[in-house]
Amino acid sequence: MTTVAHHKLSLAQALNRALRDAMAEDPTVVMFGEDVGALGGVFRITDGLTAEFGEDRCFDTPLAESGIVGMAVGMAMNGMRPVVEMQFDAFAYPAFEQIVSHVAKMRNRTRGRVALPMVIRVPYAGGIGGVEHHCDSSEAYYAHTPGLQVVAPATPADGYALLRAAIADPDPVIFLEPKKLYWSKEEIEFPVRAPGIGTAVVRRAGTDATLIAYGPTVPVALEAAEVAAQEGRSLQVVDLRSIVPFDDETVCAAVRSTGRAVVVAESSGFAGVSAEIVARVTERCFAALAAPIRRVTGFDIPYPPPKLEHFQLPGVDRVLDAVDDLQWEES
Amino acid sequence: MTPDLRRLLPSDSPVTLIDPDGHATGDVPDDATLLRSLGALITARRLNDQAYALVRQGRLAVYPSSHGQEACQVAAAQVLRPQDWLFPTYRDTVAATVKGVDPVEALSLLKGDWHCGYDPYEHHVAPHTTPLATQLPHAVGVAHAARLRGEPAVVMAMCGDGGTSEGDFHEALNFAAVFHAPVVFFVQNNEYAISVPLSRQTAAPSLAHKGVGYGVPGERVDGNDMAALLTVLGAAVERARAGQGPQLVEAHTYRMQAHTNADDATRYRDDAEVAAWVGRDPITRLRAYLTGRGALTAEADAEFAAAAERAAAHLRDGLNQDVEPNPEDLFAYVYSTPTTQLREQAALVADELSREVAQA
Ligand SMILES: Cc1ncc(C[n+]2csc(CCOP(=O)(O)OP(=O)(O)O)c2C)c(N)n1
Ligand SMILES: [Mg+2]
Repeated sequence: MTTVAHHKLSLAQALNRALRDAMAEDPTVVMFGEDVGALGGVFRITDGLTAEFGEDRCFDTPLAESGIVGMAVGMAMNGMRPVVEMQFDAFAYPAFEQIVSHVAKMRNRTRGRVALPMVIRVPYAGGIGGVEHHCDSSEAYYAHTPGLQVVAPATPADGYALLRAAIADPDPVIFLEPKKLYWSKEEIEFPVRAPGIGTAVVRRAGTDATLIAYGPTVPVALEAAEVAAQEGRSLQVVDLRSIVPFDDETVCAAVRSTGRAVVVAESSGFAGVSAEIVARVTERCFAALAAPIRRVTGFDIPYPPPKLEHFQLPGVDRVLDAVDDLQWEES
Repeated sequence: MTPDLRRLLPSDSPVTLIDPDGHATGDVPDDATLLRSLGALITARRLNDQAYALVRQGRLAVYPSSHGQEACQVAAAQVLRPQDWLFPTYRDTVAATVKGVDPVEALSLLKGDWHCGYDPYEHHVAPHTTPLATQLPHAVGVAHAARLRGEPAVVMAMCGDGGTSEGDFHEALNFAAVFHAPVVFFVQNNEYAISVPLSRQTAAPSLAHKGVGYGVPGERVDGNDMAALLTVLGAAVERARAGQGPQLVEAHTYRMQAHTNADDATRYRDDAEVAAWVGRDPITRLRAYLTGRGALTAEADAEFAAAAERAAAHLRDGLNQDVEPNPEDLFAYVYSTPTTQLREQAALVADELSREVAQA
């Protein structure tokens, strides 16, 4: 019998625990990147792993992201399950060619003979007062690339569950860790029971409209729903958890149940994941919609400097304004 | 000069063991070894020319030939053991076949049936890689994984002179050195990257010198001298196997034909330049050496030619077979399990096909 235990953990601690448990269970899991060894990563996600598992299992590399991801490809080809850390979202770009041309395509190129069970962890998005190149929401680049799975946890429990699932998965996963949520805590019940990659969840029930969010905007959507409830409007909140594969079923069922929806995403709206969500839901649920689906996203600008970033981040007021715009009949 | 630096620097000129006239100038491998290589060289040339002809007949979309570079192709694979890995580029089809890949499967990419036509695990040959130098970090990863598990495998990672300018070349050398990975980086310097000459790739004294900055020993070798290639590459492989880390080997050779059939080499180089390399042909040279020693009998030579013809016939037969492509394959290998969306898209194609059949 497995014993149930409860721990109050931050997202950062939950991710660290997921890595530790995966490495303890499976000797082929290795973790590497920049400053992930003695330092434990700039966000401490790999804290203590080198001490516990040794230099061969968790190690620092030269500072070269293409080399890091490329080496992970080779190790995954040869029997390992590498997990690599890109230090920040915008510093993953040197690895883009490896990700698009090899990580995403190897299974397809080889008719399934060469699988790449690997995870690319990316501390991502803004809201932490970071200077330029430290706050990018880069999910659309990855989500647009067939062959990748793209997930973004919004809670510590999901951080643990999705990272374990990503490491165990036979295919590559881009694992986007919302930086601003690293320090948010919640009580987690172990063993963690949570749906796997590819499943969205309804985080809050509601009947008037559906907020669709993922990663850093999930808490924003929940807060907006709380405020709306006080004003007499019942908002449902869907947390995508997984951008690819996309859970059309859960999302569409949620939107059909309310007939109105707002997508809340931190990244720029143009050609973004938010645009894809609106398109898919409209294609599938048009008849059930009482109003066009609205989006609250980052503007189509390079991520602003810290003192201006609050304009860029979708906030509760902007979300509620969008909800107000959903063609409500006068009551 | 410190001993450390001396250890990293390549020879002043490329290592040659048999000169272009077929005379030994150094310590040459034994006759049996070289006879085996000559046989492989003759088949290699025949496969190159057969593949080239198959492009003209419309059976292959294009073929980047290694005509003239066959000694590099054969040596790269012959110095390896079955457990060792080969990472070929688009130009290294012949090397893949010497490592054991069926030439028909190796050319599936260019025939258009599928991207990689062979099982990379069967002969430890990675898929041909076209994005320049991107396969080199993979080679380091395969080698590092082998080393972590204590397996005595070595990785031969190939690229061209142009590929040495790409970032991944440098990252791979650096990673291999830092992690002490058993990789031999083998650069075939054939003087051109499509139309761009070597002088536009680098101002370094040689490509082999590029190892110095990473702490990777470099060596240069005459790329049309089978004996020198076997010796230099063989030593690099065995050093790597013995735990002495990576090495960079630059072979000086020449691309005798255009980049591919689609290229017009007369736009950027003179016929005279090409003609000068005819006299340095790797097959002529090895045959002259072995004949001079009386080691090559007429029967053996005839058997080499016959084996080459058999290989060419096998290639022709294989490539002349039309395999009906299966549209289900479009969606089958994107993920281990197709997503709901991919199943929907597969159903759409199946529906289109069934309507076509119904109309016919
Ligand atoms: C990243 C990348 N850029 C450009 C190309 C297009 N391209 C294909 S082969 C080639 C020349 C490569 O020359 P070299 O590395 O010397 O190899 P060779 O063809 O001579 O064997 C170029 C530019 C490519 N395949 N990949
Ligand atoms: Mg070249």
